Amino acid sequence: MYGFEAMTFNIHGGYLEAIVRGHRSGLLTAADYNNLCQCETLDDIKMHLSATEYGPYLQNEPSPLHTTTIVEKCTLKLVDEYKHMLCQATEPLSTFLEYITYGHMIDNVVLIVTGTLHERDVQELLEKCHPLGMFDSIATLAVAQNMRELYRLVLVDTPLAPYFSECITSEDLDDMNIEIMRNTLYKAYLEDFYRFCQKLGGATAEIMSDLLAFEADRRAVNITINSIGTELTRDDRRKLYSSFGLLYPYGHEELAVCEDIDQVRGCMEKYPPYQSIFSKLSYGETQMLDKAFYEEEVKRLCLAFEQQFHYGVFFAYMRLREQEIRNLMWISECVAQNQKSRVHDSVVFIF
Amino acid sequence: MGTTEAAGGGCCPTMDLLRSEPMQLVQLIIPIESSRHAISYLGDLGLFQFKDLNAEKSPFQRTYATQIKRCGEMARRLRFFKEQMNKAGLSPSTRSMISNDIDLDNLEVKLGELEAELLEINANNEQLQRTYSELLEYKLVLQKAGEFFNSAQSTAAALRRELEVQHSTERSIDSPLLLEQEMTTDPSKHVKLGSISGLVPREKSMAFERILFRATRGNVFLKQAVVNDRVVDPVSGDKVEKNVFIIFYSGERAKNKILKICEAFGANRYPFTDDLGKQFQMINEVSGKLSELKTTIDAGLLHRSSLLQTIGHQYEQWNLLVKKEKSIYHTLNMLSIDVSRMCLVAEGWCPVYASNQIQNVLQRASLDSNSQLGAIFQVLHTKEPPPTYFCTNKFTSAFQEIVDAYGVAKYQEANPGVYTIITFPFLFAVMFGDWGHGICLLLASLYFIIRERKFASQKLGDIVEMTFGGRYIIMMMALFSIYTGLIYNEFFSVPFELFGKSAYGCRDPSCRDATTVGLTKVRDTYPFGVDPKWHGSRSELPFLNSLKMKMSILLGVAQMNLGIVLSYFNAKFFADKLNIWYQFVPQMIFLNSLFGYLSLLIIVKWCTGSQADLYHVMIYMFLSPTDNLGENQLFWGQRFLQILLLLSALVAVPWMLFPKPYFLKKQHEERHQGQSYSLLHSGEDPLDEEHHPSLPGHEEFEFTEVFVHQLIHTIEFVLGAVSNTASYLRLWALSLAHSELSSVFYDKVLLLAWGYNNVIILIIGIIVFTCATVGVLLVMETLSAFLHALRLHWVEFQNKFYEGSGYKFYPFSFALLSEEDE
Repeated sequence: MYGFEAMTFNIHGGYLEAIVRGHRSGLLTAADYNNLCQCETLDDIKMHLSATEYGPYLQNEPSPLHTTTIVEKCTLKLVDEYKHMLCQATEPLSTFLEYITYGHMIDNVVLIVTGTLHERDVQELLEKCHPLGMFDSIATLAVAQNMRELYRLVLVDTPLAPYFSECITSEDLDDMNIEIMRNTLYKAYLEDFYRFCQKLGGATAEIMSDLLAFEADRRAVNITINSIGTELTRDDRRKLYSSFGLLYPYGHEELAVCEDIDQVRGCMEKYPPYQSIFSKLSYGETQMLDKAFYEEEVKRLCLAFEQQFHYGVFFAYMRLREQEIRNLMWISECVAQNQKSRVHDSVVFIF
Repeated sequence: MGTTEAAGGGCCPTMDLLRSEPMQLVQLIIPIESSRHAISYLGDLGLFQFKDLNAEKSPFQRTYATQIKRCGEMARRLRFFKEQMNKAGLSPSTRSMISNDIDLDNLEVKLGELEAELLEINANNEQLQRTYSELLEYKLVLQKAGEFFNSAQSTAAALRRELEVQHSTERSIDSPLLLEQEMTTDPSKHVKLGSISGLVPREKSMAFERILFRATRGNVFLKQAVVNDRVVDPVSGDKVEKNVFIIFYSGERAKNKILKICEAFGANRYPFTDDLGKQFQMINEVSGKLSELKTTIDAGLLHRSSLLQTIGHQYEQWNLLVKKEKSIYHTLNMLSIDVSRMCLVAEGWCPVYASNQIQNVLQRASLDSNSQLGAIFQVLHTKEPPPTYFCTNKFTSAFQEIVDAYGVAKYQEANPGVYTIITFPFLFAVMFGDWGHGICLLLASLYFIIRERKFASQKLGDIVEMTFGGRYIIMMMALFSIYTGLIYNEFFSVPFELFGKSAYGCRDPSCRDATTVGLTKVRDTYPFGVDPKWHGSRSELPFLNSLKMKMSILLGVAQMNLGIVLSYFNAKFFADKLNIWYQFVPQMIFLNSLFGYLSLLIIVKWCTGSQADLYHVMIYMFLSPTDNLGENQLFWGQRFLQILLLLSALVAVPWMLFPKPYFLKKQHEERHQGQSYSLLHSGEDPLDEEHHPSLPGHEEFEFTEVFVHQLIHTIEFVLGAVSNTASYLRLWALSLAHSELSSVFYDKVLLLAWGYNNVIILIIGIIVFTCATVGVLLVMETLSAFLHALRLHWVEFQNKFYEGSGYKFYPFSFALLSEEDE
């Protein structure tokens, strides 16, 4: 039905698309970032933000601010917007919106499990969780001793349950296991999300497959770089790559055997979209890779707004807002720690 | 704008509302020590619009950023107090206390102290409350769990008795083996069962049970009991529905798991003993503690509410003070600081008449602040268009709003608002002519006007607010609809013989009301409005249609002419000869030679009672102007006049189109030459002009662009003359719709119900009639007639002369400040 969304899309999706586009226009602009980067104290940041859409969320905060408060309140705004949209959404948009949060769920599960492994306080861990990835019994995760228990006790009730089928082992949890679990879950999640978007069809499928493919490829590169020098075998590494994306399948073959960062680079440069990312980096450098990927992602997310009548805008908006919150966090940290020279290191301008 | 001001003085007597107030750009140089006073007095005066001279600076780089931050902090504290007061159910008293002058610094300290005190009280209270609700929960657990035990013991006893009976008789095969085994094992081997009891939120209870089951592989016994009332959760302080639970488990590992799960679910655990005596003792203890705590909490609350009350007395005053201060500093931030840091320089617009007031205020400010230097008031000359400011009162402001909603008048442009005051309600009334409905509307608007003071002070809903804002418009509309209603002779669609007897009577007794055949004129013409005899007659519609249609055209042509005349006044005011000769004159000729002529024909026809067909006359005036008019001739020389008019209309079109762009081009060239000379004469001008690159004379002159613009204007006017006249026929259409609807409701509902001679049906009929009249005729018809009148003003009337490209005058004023919020 590609090309015919215009006829029926607005019946259910029109209102929310308008809402999300309205939210998008509230994203901070380059001028805002310029002003924010000139701030001397966190109060200055609050003062500047009070003129933006974050105003109502920050105005009642007493004056000695902390970075965490700013980030918390900004996230709260995103969560409020998300909840409002989810309330208004009908199928299949509501499922789509829920899919967006699964990533955070995985992160939260991993956070709690790692935390309990290192014997942290559960309440403290819960506060660190991303509010979008919360589910009812999340605190119970602390009870579990191994993957099987984890699954059987808690996760079977959550939407993550199907993704778990591949990583149920009776081994005790340790850092390595958890990291593998995170990546396996993420792989399953991305593949599922990808299938779901393909099922939706139309412009949604087209745009989302592009965005998700980028996500999958980025994860593949990150997994490769992070696993260099660990005991992860090539086959294990290959298993963690999602089965779609630009790199699938031949790129994965090459990535799986990479031994150092320059080999990764050599293999990625064969793909024109990633060539531009790697060409910005000097040889042997990995620090700036994240930023380069983020920049590319933001560019692609912004492009999603160029087309109408698809669900990609919701995904793009959520991602952009998260990036914005990351930016704010970085700026606030730099300001708070008097490191203003580093302010531009990690800020990704959205517009 | 110096030239226009000079011209404005000469052309016509100054009218307050027709031309916006003359404005001037003023520079104020205020010594830094008296600046705060000066700004605050200017805010009281409310006649000065500051220009932002620091637009390129971000908010926190400006001079008074710290003060604004302080004000923001104080506003936050005040919001906190307000929130606390709302929680405690207190409302800030509106009566203003004797304002003991408190300045900002003291207020800041005071607010800080109060906040700290309030926070402390709150913290204490919270602590107490927490203990209190914990004890309450404990009590609940003791009670509910005690019930479990009691019932469990009684059932266990019964079971045992039963078993003993079974034992004594026969070992039955179907007695459960496990049970039997357990019964037979000796008591020393009994696994020590532990128990955990507590409360869990009800919504989580299912998941809680499930997880417990899974975690311990079913090796627990869980019993839950519903607590009927909502329980205050000690941690969050919210009231939630909860269940009391008690879990029996065996083994240390299970215990750890269960404890963790309890923690994860936010279930509060309380110790419990199965000893009955201890239970009673504990319940008593807890109850005693509870009543003790209760008195402490009450005392705390009392203290808190008295504190809040004292805050509430002065809340409004403080709030206003903080808002004022904040706005003063915002304004101060717009001023630029002199190099020597001795004085602030402000620029802004003010009405010319306010110069003296402003100077007085500045003087007072420097006196009050003991400043040695006075402030300097200096008028600047600029080419920037000044803001538009009309001095409206509560009556005219609503009408001005109607005009402003379309576009704010260009500076000193003729303001259609003046005419709107009368023409708007009048055109509305033409569509809404019924004096019964008019009286209803009048009563409604009078209600709003009489209780004006009360309504103005309180907050209204959206729709009421809108109606209240337009109360004077509605009153005028109602008055005019009573007037047109009297002309149409309709009172809820019923005609009355108010102004004497009908002019018509029956020739013979056989004739009925429903026909005009057989009616003859027996008296003088009915003195005012439509003769009541027309109502209900067979020729009512053709008669009224013809009347209203012609009337609409007359009104329309009159209003459009007014619009064109206003364009003349504008051109004259701004000394624009081109517009007079090449726009106003041909437009007048074009419109009046066609539709002015039609209006003339209508009037002649009415006066002479001729049977001429005006459609025919108009159509053949274009198709074959030279033909003989025959029986359609209304007056002598009509054919000749028609040819003349047609020719002049034809001439008027190129007249509108060609000369103006040509003359503009010529003017531009002349000015260009003049400028090149003046460069040699004075060295000052080019400098000045560099500052204002947006001068009109310096734009590139694109002849084609101007010509196309003029072409569009001409086409729009020529076509508009036809379509706008037709557009005025909506007056007729809506008036027809209104009278037909109201007569349908009257005939088909009220009269029909009356005909049944049944009280119940009559009551139902009256109710339906009232609802229909109010809902459809008074509300919906009013809205639609309002909208159509609005359209006639915005499009048909204002496009003849109104540019509406100005911007509004927003003075810095404390009065506006208090209106802004909420």
